[in-house]
Amino acid sequence: MAQKKQRSSILERKKEVLESLSGLGGKIYDQLDNGTFPSITMPSRSTENIYYDPQVRQFILGDRKVKRSARNIRHVKPFAQLTWAALFSNELTSQCKTSTLRDVYYSAQAYEMTFKDQQESNNIVTDLETILGFSREDFSIFPEERSAIFGDLTIEYTVPGYEGRTMNLTSHPDGVMIGPALTSSEFVKTTADKVIAVEKGGLFTRFIEESVHKKFNSLLVLTAGQAPRATRHFIRRLNAELNLPVYIFTDGDPWGMHIAMVIISGSANAAHLRELNTPDAKWSGVWATDIVNYKLPTDPLDEVDMKRLYELQKDPRYKEDPLWQREIKTFMKIRKKAEQEAFSRYGLTYIVDEYLPAKLEETK
Amino acid sequence: MAQTTFEEISAADFFYRNRDIAGFTNPSRAIFAAVRELVENSLDAAESLKTPPDVYVRLSYEGEASAETQIYRLRVEDNGIGIPPRHIPSAFGQVLFGSKYKLKQQRGTFGLGGKMAILYGQITTHQPAYITSSTEMSKIYMYKLMIDIQRNRPLILDRKVLINKEQWRGTIVEFSLEGDYFRAMPKLLDYFKQTAMVNPYANLTFVDPKGRLYRFTRVTKEMPVPPKETKPHPYGVDVELLQRLIQITPSKNMLEFLKNHFHRVGEITAHKFLEFSNLSLSKNPKKLTHEEIVRLMHMLKKYKDFLPPDASCLSPLGEDLLKAGILKELKPEFVVVHQRKPATYAGHPFIVEFGLAYGGEIPKRGNFIVYRFANRIPLLYDEASDVSVRVITAMNWRRYRVNPDMPIAILVHICSTKVPYKTVGKEFIAGRPEVRREIANGLREVARQIQHFMSKREHVDRERKRLGVFSKYLPKIAQFSTRLAGKQKPPDIEKLLTSVKKYGAEETEK
Ligand SMILES: Nc1ncnc2c1ncn2[C@@H]1O[C@H](COP(=O)(O)OP(=O)(O)OP(=O)(O)O)[C@@H](O)[C@H]1O
Ligand SMILES: [Mg+2]
Repeated sequence: MAQKKQRSSILERKKEVLESLSGLGGKIYDQLDNGTFPSITMPSRSTENIYYDPQVRQFILGDRKVKRSARNIRHVKPFAQLTWAALFSNELTSQCKTSTLRDVYYSAQAYEMTFKDQQESNNIVTDLETILGFSREDFSIFPEERSAIFGDLTIEYTVPGYEGRTMNLTSHPDGVMIGPALTSSEFVKTTADKVIAVEKGGLFTRFIEESVHKKFNSLLVLTAGQAPRATRHFIRRLNAELNLPVYIFTDGDPWGMHIAMVIISGSANAAHLRELNTPDAKWSGVWATDIVNYKLPTDPLDEVDMKRLYELQKDPRYKEDPLWQREIKTFMKIRKKAEQEAFSRYGLTYIVDEYLPAKLEETK
Repeated sequence: MAQTTFEEISAADFFYRNRDIAGFTNPSRAIFAAVRELVENSLDAAESLKTPPDVYVRLSYEGEASAETQIYRLRVEDNGIGIPPRHIPSAFGQVLFGSKYKLKQQRGTFGLGGKMAILYGQITTHQPAYITSSTEMSKIYMYKLMIDIQRNRPLILDRKVLINKEQWRGTIVEFSLEGDYFRAMPKLLDYFKQTAMVNPYANLTFVDPKGRLYRFTRVTKEMPVPPKETKPHPYGVDVELLQRLIQITPSKNMLEFLKNHFHRVGEITAHKFLEFSNLSLSKNPKKLTHEEIVRLMHMLKKYKDFLPPDASCLSPLGEDLLKAGILKELKPEFVVVHQRKPATYAGHPFIVEFGLAYGGEIPKRGNFIVYRFANRIPLLYDEASDVSVRVITAMNWRRYRVNPDMPIAILVHICSTKVPYKTVGKEFIAGRPEVRREIANGLREVARQIQHFMSKREHVDRERKRLGVFSKYLPKIAQFSTRLAGKQKPPDIEKLLTSVKKYGAEETEK
């Protein structure tokens, strides 16, 4: 049984976030008070400044900086939006409230701030992340998409009204949503010795029904397609704080492969952030070679799929491990893809009885 | 076998039969043409005295003529020079009688306009015309007359002499005519508006058959410098004119004849020209044979060294008045004007003036609105055939960042002792290459000016927007950061705001 980490890790992080937000406010305030136009410097997120760092095994931003100055006519509005977003985040976090990107977009109106569209407000939030080095979940802005977890893990809430309360994540057979309350919880204890992440809800439910969590002593995570950042951070915590190895099961196509990759190595979009990825997680299937070995029913890869494969082939993240290149080449050779459900041709439990143990062993 | 009969017709008879060419084509055109001819006479009459014109026009309904036409009574009153009593009957009752055959810029040229109106009224209503006039002497003269069409003579039906107690000066013309006012109305109102535009020193009043009053009030008493009379330029003469001059000349030899009757011909030039054309100095012009006259005409045109005609016989409006007129009638946001230097075509001097107005009350039509004028007369018909319109259409406006979707009105005014009209109806101007070139150059100039204006305006707009952005967002940054930093007192940002303003002002002045 893994020991829970320092009890105060969550609260400490919250304190840091609040300090850095008000620090930003102070910096802007002081510049104004000195009679100068406030400006902020942050790393550039343009593609030329995004590098893959094999050391940390994720994308990082290079040395290039951009300066936002309220002196510049094109910057003054985004600058105000940014200051507002910081204030808004500060209020949310200190009042222990959460909101979504969509909320941010609408909330601005109450402060007589406007965003042209959702894209613009999202960008400002990303600026704030880049400046502070925290991800938006840290300042209480959560994505819409929700993924889920199931298994024997006891957590302790830190959200208002629930502080100190604990819960075991097997208490609901549909799984528990990985939302703000869960991601801000401390881990208390677990009997699991691994994490199995799956792409699709159908398989997640099947695994629970088939007691995969017991049979394989694991926590089950539903990524629901591309895993949201909160979920990626949560998986990382499971890996780092509880020392649980992570195995990822996706569809056998370039898109599924990439869902696994983002959990492992992060995305270029989040190059300004750390601790969202789990470098030691494993992609366990469905591989292209599984399609061949297990003689799965397939669909042909279409042109879009092929184009994606060529892109991925050149992606630095895919050069880390020869496994990736091998699988890409196999996909290209067989020109076929298969969904996780394809195992049903051998009976509903085949995937749990045969495939899963074999793959867990193979990718250990 | 049928017998061919020969007959001579009078000038009045000729124009009666061919009233189309003078613009009296149909009942609605007729109303328009009648008003126009009389108003022009009135404007000429006031201007020749350097008096700002006051013209009053009333058109009243008298009765049905047919299903589509009505009888109207037209009355036009002015404060012009008036007509000496002995000339009144001929001035209004004899076609091709006039005081404007001299070479200077005037609206009237043919000695025809007023009479055509009266003639048309007479043919359609069989009623006499009433002319009242005084030259500010002690008496006012009233004539009731008709035109004897076959003999081209006035028939005086009645004549009254009144004591001019109030020192009135001017002319009143009143007669009945058939027409279709409601079809003529839009053009007629256009006509008044455009006349007001190029005569900003005139008061025009029009009362229409419904009793509606239209007033166009002067915005200035400044008037253009009046034209000086001039002699014909050698390049502009034809055989007809030469013969007429020979008939009336008191000169006994060619040297004197040339010096006396031609513009830009002095002692030296006359000598040189006679040498060039192998004519003897002492030849009596009255002895020239027809062939010699024809040859003289050709030589006059061939000789390269006559100075071009000077333009003192012209009376353009001038840039200031043009601007005043456009501002008054079109109420644009902005106007640019330009007057070309005098030029000549076939020995006739001419000057073209331009105005280009943008925005304000000028509508967007998807096409430039073009106002054409000749000797301060608006030209309202046959727009497509007019040289100005052709040049405007052919021009590459995009070069000047101007396009027909913008609310733009273009005004072209041609002044000349001989406007190259295509017809006696004075509606559009022929495409002489010299004229076309002047128009094109002038348009380019106003286009450049408007381009300059537009980019300046864009700049000011941008500047205003820029300042707006700063003054909207800087206070917000201050407010948010104060709260975020947990401070009580917001920072003072006035200095920053003034600094963007100052910076903005510098930029605008550049
Ligand atoms: N309102 C007026 N006041 C003073 N003189 C007038 C007036 N109306 C006409 N006349 C005189 O009568 C003459 C004849 O006028 P009319 O309109 O028939 O010909 P025009 O103006 O000379 O030439 P056009 O045919 O071009 O109009 C004029 O030349 C002018 O001398
Ligand atoms: Mg006339």
